[in-house]
Amino acid sequence: MKQAVLNIDNTLFLTEDIFLLSLRGDVSDVTAPGEFVNIEIPGFFLRRPISVSQKRGDIIDLIIKIAGDGTKALSTLPKETKLNVLTGLGNGFNLPLSGDSPLIVSGGVGIAPMIWLAHKLLEMGKKPKALLGFGKKAEAGALSSLIPDGVSTVIATADKSLGIGGNVCDAYLEAFKGDENDYSYFFVSGPLSMIKAMYPLLRGDGEFSLEERMGCGFGACMGCSINTAQGPKRVCSDGPVFKKEELGWKD
Amino acid sequence: MERLETNICGLTLPNPLIAASGTVGFGHEISECTDLNLIGAITLKGTTLNKRFGNATPRIAEAASGIINSVGLQNPGAKAVIKEEIPRLRAVYKGVVIANISGFFLDEYAILSSLFDSCRDIDMIELNISCPNVGGGCISFGKDPASAAAVVGAARKNTSKPLIVKLTPNTADIREIAKACEDEGADAISLINTVSAMRIDIADRRPVLSNITGGLSGPAIFPIALSKVYEVSGRVKIPVIGMGGIESAKDVIEMMMAGASAVEIGAGFLKDPGIFKSILFKLPPLMDSLGIKNTGDIVGCAL
Repeated sequence: MKQAVLNIDNTLFLTEDIFLLSLRGDVSDVTAPGEFVNIEIPGFFLRRPISVSQKRGDIIDLIIKIAGDGTKALSTLPKETKLNVLTGLGNGFNLPLSGDSPLIVSGGVGIAPMIWLAHKLLEMGKKPKALLGFGKKAEAGALSSLIPDGVSTVIATADKSLGIGGNVCDAYLEAFKGDENDYSYFFVSGPLSMIKAMYPLLRGDGEFSLEERMGCGFGACMGCSINTAQGPKRVCSDGPVFKKEELGWKD
Repeated sequence: MERLETNICGLTLPNPLIAASGTVGFGHEISECTDLNLIGAITLKGTTLNKRFGNATPRIAEAASGIINSVGLQNPGAKAVIKEEIPRLRAVYKGVVIANISGFFLDEYAILSSLFDSCRDIDMIELNISCPNVGGGCISFGKDPASAAAVVGAARKNTSKPLIVKLTPNTADIREIAKACEDEGADAISLINTVSAMRIDIADRRPVLSNITGGLSGPAIFPIALSKVYEVSGRVKIPVIGMGGIESAKDVIEMMMAGASAVEIGAGFLKDPGIFKSILFKLPPLMDSLGIKNTGDIVGCAL
């Protein structure tokens, strides 16, 4: 973990309430997809934990949905604003376990860490597939285009405006049943309700990126602890990525 | 840095900064995040006799200039703390270690005090009679002088190590509780624990915290903490350790002038893991500008 002062390099709205925030500076501690950063926003006491969507040189890209006053304020800060950021937080996805044809599943802005994940898997010569669920067309269009070419993608929209109409589970059952749609491993990120619904449907081994309200974000306060098959774990530092058997939820 | 040297209950700390219970785990977990050995003393996460998972999430809510927590004393239980956590801390930290214990029955305080009395890596014991996030026991012991005295009595019989009693502000007259603890043999008083608080999510129309209420920390409570430290310092002769929203070298000096011989920092560290280092850097020039030679010189000078 490092505490760094990063400059806002750019803010780009992808939809009316989702923006791409690029931060520039010492991001040397950001090393792998699945990690997050914890951003101090002037005027707010708690930092906001956000997954890293991409790292390019000394810039990290973050995809942020405006969830409340803090993220709203963050979306309005001008270019070159200096932000105090804790970097290199959380464990990353276990890329070596992916096998040749891993499946990426995401819901809404859960797609954020999957963009960098997809790039890395392609770099490793893997053939990832992606199932991306969204609420609305605007979100679906803007966010799914961030997944790199080379990833075979199925889109699901709850409002039936694009791709398969329905939620991620419906789309999964439609598009991924049968042996011809097999996958070597799965990576899942999105709302807890989606993760819980997908948990019993997915085959074989894989892992989930969870989120939780956090205090510190670096393992000191136990504000984000969940109960798992292996005892209490902190989402910020034992996670946010947890393997299926670690969670040990009932199927 | 002798100017910051702090003597309390027969122990010498290099500086008056203590890491507050619940904000650094058992210390070793955050050894990569900060230079532990800069910190004057470390207070371990609240330890109960039996292991506890604590409350369901969400355990954290935000307030203006503060954080509300309802962690609920998650800890692996006293035996595991002594056998596993403390040795791991001692491998990386050479300073004073304070165990923090919570009980639901008087017996538990007696047993825990005895266990930590026998643990040679523990230098002091802080009695938590003020956690608002667990049902029964604990905070109810801290709400009146007789109950508080009973806890101190139970602990006192079982340890000769310095006993600190951590008080809650969520009570009628904190001065009388402090005095009762002193009379029963406490060696120091630490205050304040968190202030009972809650938030409601106006979209869901429900409390934010799973436990509904939690404890507020952070700068929001600093003036409240300061006032309680001042009151208690005027009532007891034993040392007072002040805490509640300290974020800067100025806050440290202010709290000491109110009567604190040393201070605990908690929420400030959660927000800024570099806080101990930055306060230690800023204290000497601040003291110069205020004509303070040593931090020990100003304890209670505003009383």
